[in-house]
Amino acid sequence: MNEETNLLIKPREVVVPGQVLAKGMDNLPSDGTYREGEEIISNKLGLVNVDGRVIKVISLTGAYVPKEDDIVIGKVVEIGFSGWFVDVGSANDANLSLRDVEDYVERGADLTKYFDFDEILIAKVVKVTRFKSIDITMKAQGLRKIKGGKIIEITPSKVPRVIGKQGSMISMIKEHTNCEITVGQNGRVWIQGSNVEDEILATKAIMKIESSSHVNGLTEIIETLLKEGTKK
Amino acid sequence: MNKDYIMSLAEKDVRIDGRKFDEYREVSIETGVSMNAEGSARCKIGDTEVIVGIKMAIGTPYPDAADEGSIVVGAELLPMSNPDFESGPPGKQAIELARIIDRGVRESKAIDFKKLCIKEGEKCWMVFIDIYSINDDGNLIDAAGLATLTALNGAKFHKLDKDDNINYKEYGDKKVELELMPITCTFGKVNGKIIIDPNNDEESALDARLSIATFNGKVYAMQKGLDRGFTLEEIEYMIDVAIAKEKELKTLIKEQK
Repeated sequence: MNEETNLLIKPREVVVPGQVLAKGMDNLPSDGTYREGEEIISNKLGLVNVDGRVIKVISLTGAYVPKEDDIVIGKVVEIGFSGWFVDVGSANDANLSLRDVEDYVERGADLTKYFDFDEILIAKVVKVTRFKSIDITMKAQGLRKIKGGKIIEITPSKVPRVIGKQGSMISMIKEHTNCEITVGQNGRVWIQGSNVEDEILATKAIMKIESSSHVNGLTEIIETLLKEGTKK
Repeated sequence: MNKDYIMSLAEKDVRIDGRKFDEYREVSIETGVSMNAEGSARCKIGDTEVIVGIKMAIGTPYPDAADEGSIVVGAELLPMSNPDFESGPPGKQAIELARIIDRGVRESKAIDFKKLCIKEGEKCWMVFIDIYSINDDGNLIDAAGLATLTALNGAKFHKLDKDDNINYKEYGDKKVELELMPITCTFGKVNGKIIIDPNNDEESALDARLSIATFNGKVYAMQKGLDRGFTLEEIEYMIDVAIAKEKELKTLIKEQK
């Protein structure tokens, strides 16, 4: 049997949990799928993605599931003796320990001087344990505290669409709106521009990407939206 | 999360979504959403969505108002509609919402309670108004108010048998008649500026909140929320805007089929 006939679905089709996606041993199960005997079955509601032999299902919606090396945007929600707890939109709050900040923190120092409650941070996930406890760090390039600008939230599974291939989509938005934009893997997007109209246009574009991420030729749609927006 | 941002925007006279200070989001109302309810409506204001259902039951009148029926308002803020809402007994916000809607209908005499009487001192209709938040993007009060009026407007009564018990299988000819339609407009104060119809982000930055129910240019009910206050000029301004908005919103209210 060749590869074509084994697939029971078209690429970019919406599938439900338990649906058989392919038969035979020619395909490989990836994220959102599992193999049972000869069959590859979906365990998510989402869009199928077939890349060569690999089949995966990208969920339509859902909370953020942390992965190592993800850049995330979080809010300080609690301060303990040995660090901060940061809400990153996942089921558990992330840990930011004292040795993971840029400056050296003296023993017994007032931790609010470094990061206070409700402050917004761009951080990187360093470790996710089996029990989904998350460790984040501020020690890497580009990681910092955010001042000003707005934050919008999108579904984390749509983040790759917002960024685009090699960042093509996001750099197009930046170019048209002259905004500074940081997309966290947890679905939070920070936008700061020189005026409100630009920020609203960038927000509109990102929301449009989220709502029509399954549409073909999305880049062109967004480009016209941005061009029309900048004309006014 | 966007609190500081909204505060700084208010200084520049703009809002986070680019609306004017006295501009509502898109409002739409749908009737007949629940098959089993005597009257029902869904109201959407932007991304905010509220469903209201009306059920009627028979009860005994209160001793001090023997010839009057009554209304019972309950609000359920579903945990799926906002991450801050928890399941369980109603919290502060749910109770406040139910009481604002109750007052809007009761104190304005939107329904004539005397028409709900079946037998003086013995039997009367109890009108149950149940509010469910499907999605909360701010300003549940106005959405619930509009949905309640639409659900009540022409809600049918069940037939009664000879012992005055409800026959749940058939509807009679009797319908709820709204004497008037007080429309609620909610305002917020951000950094000294007055905004109408605050969304979820803006609600987090509010200093004070005022809901005004008006009908034909008259004020029928008010509810003040949050810690800070308003000046007299601000309240006068809000009443003027509420009266202007009432005219627009009134046209959206339909009758139950």
